Amino acid sequence: MTSINIDHVSRWFGNVVAVNDITMTIGPGVTGLLGPNGAGKSTLINMMGGFLAPSNGTVSLDGQQIWRNEQIYRHIGIVPEREAMYDFLTGREFVVANAELHGLGKKQAQQALATVEMEHAQDRKISTYSKGMRQRVKMASALVHEPSVLLLDEPFNGMDPRQRMQLMELLRRMGDEGRTVLFSSHILEEVEQLASHIEVIVAGRHAASGDFRKIRRLMTDRPHRYVIRSSDDRALAAALIADPSTAGIEVDLKEGALRVQAVDFGRFTTLLPQVAREHGIRLLTVSPSDESLESVFSYLVAA
Amino acid sequence: MYDPTVARLTYRALLGRRRALILFALPVLLVVIAALVRGITGADDQTASDVLGGFALATMVPLIGVIAGTGAIGPEIDDGSVVYLLSKPVKRPTIICTKLIVAIAVTMVFSAVPTLVAGLILNGNGQQIAVAYTVAALVASIAYAAIFLLLGTVTRHAVVFGLVYALVWEALFGSLVAGARTLSVQQWSVAVAHKVTGGDIVTSDVGLPAATVLLVAVTVLATWYAGRRLRALTLAGEE
Repeated sequence: MTSINIDHVSRWFGNVVAVNDITMTIGPGVTGLLGPNGAGKSTLINMMGGFLAPSNGTVSLDGQQIWRNEQIYRHIGIVPEREAMYDFLTGREFVVANAELHGLGKKQAQQALATVEMEHAQDRKISTYSKGMRQRVKMASALVHEPSVLLLDEPFNGMDPRQRMQLMELLRRMGDEGRTVLFSSHILEEVEQLASHIEVIVAGRHAASGDFRKIRRLMTDRPHRYVIRSSDDRALAAALIADPSTAGIEVDLKEGALRVQAVDFGRFTTLLPQVAREHGIRLLTVSPSDESLESVFSYLVAA
Repeated sequence: MYDPTVARLTYRALLGRRRALILFALPVLLVVIAALVRGITGADDQTASDVLGGFALATMVPLIGVIAGTGAIGPEIDDGSVVYLLSKPVKRPTIICTKLIVAIAVTMVFSAVPTLVAGLILNGNGQQIAVAYTVAALVASIAYAAIFLLLGTVTRHAVVFGLVYALVWEALFGSLVAGARTLSVQQWSVAVAHKVTGGDIVTSDVGLPAATVLLVAVTVLATWYAGRRLRALTLAGEE
């Protein structure tokens, strides 16, 4: 059992608070760290990886402090987001060097290269690799010492669908083996496909925690806003407001549109076309006005 | 205190980058100058001392020290690839010492060897001048490598600061202000050269005992502090 404990951790850079009083425990299995860009995910992962000191609070691995403790890396494997990785070496030389730094040798390096299926290109210079190949070699370098904890910062960025599936399969396997796997992403579908457990970070704060169904429901059940244009806005508004799935309607005279706030997403989406047909109203535009990831996330923060 | 893998990565990075061209260009330039001077003026001890002291020791050694010292760690910290060294159970002082050893070796090879060759061309080691400046270059290599390695861990603009120290402080202020000469790696190494020649053809503003103490102190302190810097190195995210 290996778990990372984040206890009332904050981190600020000058006047900017990147991580704000976060407490969470990351245990065995695959955990997704979800949040929009700039939410503080990388800062948090950097602190878990021992590359950044918390301004406040502690980050520990099974009770051992991570910051300034190089022995902790016997248990942690890190896949950084940044691209740079000794491009003048071949993939094999790179993974062998990583193995040697752990006191291991060519055999383990070869195993790690086989795990990520990079043996076919292992003797090419890293500078000639595609983004997906780089990502896999980075994975091999992080797996070479069979760590019990694996930290990955936006590992699917720039990968094609096939590579993405392969990596997901690999991470799933690692999680099933009882390793603690944490990856960050700003894409909900990515996290949903892979992680059994999700931690959501928004604007440096811990917004939600739990299994993805619960979080998905929170996201779906939030009030949805729509802009609707029709052949008879007022008649449509009157018909919609009669149903409990609609919480409020504004007639925007300037824009010539209705601004509708729906509270029951599922019911509203079936209701709208029915109501329109019953009243002989033609729908010209139906568009969600707050579907951006940021607005979804900020709703979670408030929830 | 030495890790062969770190050493291999460091020297391959050092010699594989474009700036490594300067490592080859400067020694070639020195040897060419030596050959030209010898051809024009013939073998002359004072001229030999002027060329070796004025170009080899005052310009070439510090420049090569800047390239090797900062290049041994600066680019890795800059582009973030140092994360692959730091995410290992390897002691930080071991990483720094290994990088220092590589930086010293590279500086020595690319500065002391050409200094000896140039000295032999200039006056065939008359009055031990070639050997004296070679020893000075060896000694200076150690201190420069340590100072510039430290700079590489402290600032992203290590090369600029290194050049300012080598060219502005040592060369410019050193020639104008007597006090600046006391705090100059170049003068400390010249003190060693003075001891080797035994005569007055090579003179330094700093006595040998003071020079030795300062050389050792600067090297040890710079290396110790670089190790501390690396231990608490912050790889700030892009956020």
